[in-house]
Amino acid sequence: MPVIALDDVWKFFGNFPALRQVGLKLEPGWCCALLGRNGAGKTTLLRVLAGLSPFQRGSISVLGSKVRSETARRQMGFLGHGIGIYEDLTARENLRFFARASGTNLPDSQLVDWLKRVDLSRVVDMPVRQFSRGMRQRLALARTFQHSPKVLFLDEPFTSLDDHSIRMLTELMEEAKQRGATIMLSTHQLREALAIASHVAILEQGQLRFFAERTQEMVDDPGALYRTRAELGIL
Amino acid sequence: MRALTYTWAVARKDLAIEFRTKESLNAAGAFAIVILLLFSFAFDEVSDTMAEMAGGLLWLVFAFGGALIFNRGFARELPNECLDALMASPIPAASLLVGKAITSTVLLLIVETVSLFVFGIFYNFTWWRHPFELLLVFLLATWGISILGAVFGALTVNLRLRELMLPVLIYPLLIPLLMAAIELTNPLLNNQPLTPDILLWGRVLIVFDVVFTALAIFLAEPILLN
Repeated sequence: MPVIALDDVWKFFGNFPALRQVGLKLEPGWCCALLGRNGAGKTTLLRVLAGLSPFQRGSISVLGSKVRSETARRQMGFLGHGIGIYEDLTARENLRFFARASGTNLPDSQLVDWLKRVDLSRVVDMPVRQFSRGMRQRLALARTFQHSPKVLFLDEPFTSLDDHSIRMLTELMEEAKQRGATIMLSTHQLREALAIASHVAILEQGQLRFFAERTQEMVDDPGALYRTRAELGIL
Repeated sequence: MRALTYTWAVARKDLAIEFRTKESLNAAGAFAIVILLLFSFAFDEVSDTMAEMAGGLLWLVFAFGGALIFNRGFARELPNECLDALMASPIPAASLLVGKAITSTVLLLIVETVSLFVFGIFYNFTWWRHPFELLLVFLLATWGISILGAVFGALTVNLRLRELMLPVLIYPLLIPLLMAAIELTNPLLNNQPLTPDILLWGRVLIVFDVVFTALAIFLAEPILLN
């Protein structure tokens, strides 16, 4: 059974169709890189999948349940444009709160382990207000991955990360894939995304124009993907 | 049971942030004290008029001060799009709203307690003669104001003029609750017995709380998603 299944999904902002007839199925352990120009509908699609934005037509199931069901949300990790971190709480307090919010009561030692994992062990009890942008993004990664979700929706997760942090994120995603989690990430950073992705989807004006397994050729030469897009007439 | 755990987690998180920053408490507390102080210059504290107006003055101060607290409730979730992270988590929308209302109730009760002391000093009222009755009225009325404040705080959170819109929307709906609170508070402040006629207002408070709490729980999901 697919972990994520979309069938003929339409999403409107007023009369404007932001998503048109999107159909897609992702199996356990797949990582789908969602590509497309600005305004193509990547963020909208991820928000609809995460149950943050209602859709008007079609059907979506996540882990066999409706998107807003508690079952789906309990096993979901979402990292949006905003990092979802409270500035006036410390790193530890943020993780503790979101662990509770995810229905898991992680012991303090595990929270600290997560902070070590994202290189924030020296600022465990420092308010996030004093963090740099990269540190905040790394804390957001710990928040998203700490409850071992089975489905991950990541909206431009490489933003603000340096090389070291990108490697850290890639490792986290690789581990998630190995334990069977399904990942959908939108990005403009093709090289990083293609290195981890098992599948590639291209959105154009709200329509899914391309969905296929990622090939080695795409990894070796991300330009190949552009050529594919050009062949499809969507560049 | 799980919903209660989520509700408490939201309330605890908001209270931790508020006690650290004191944004709402300072604003609402300062507002309440300044208004009580200014009105004390305008009215003669030993007159009968003052005795009749005491409850009204207090509840208007609490209602206006409350708006400063409710405005922050959901606005606190805007930086870094924390509301999205919450809505994507398994926390039910109703737990989110009720958690916010609990936070507002606690903060408003703190402001009310400080205000009562200031009121006692400036207006020469011995308000502590019926502490339990007064506490019950304050708890019921404050919860009613807070649950309505949470609902409309959620509705107006994305509006540019939310500071203006929130009071405009909630005050008309608060009229029955404020009338009940005023009718019950006046005799308690003036050391008069609560007659059966006046006790009827207690039922108004209870019905208001039950109806709006039920509505908030029922409508939380569409309110927060849209």
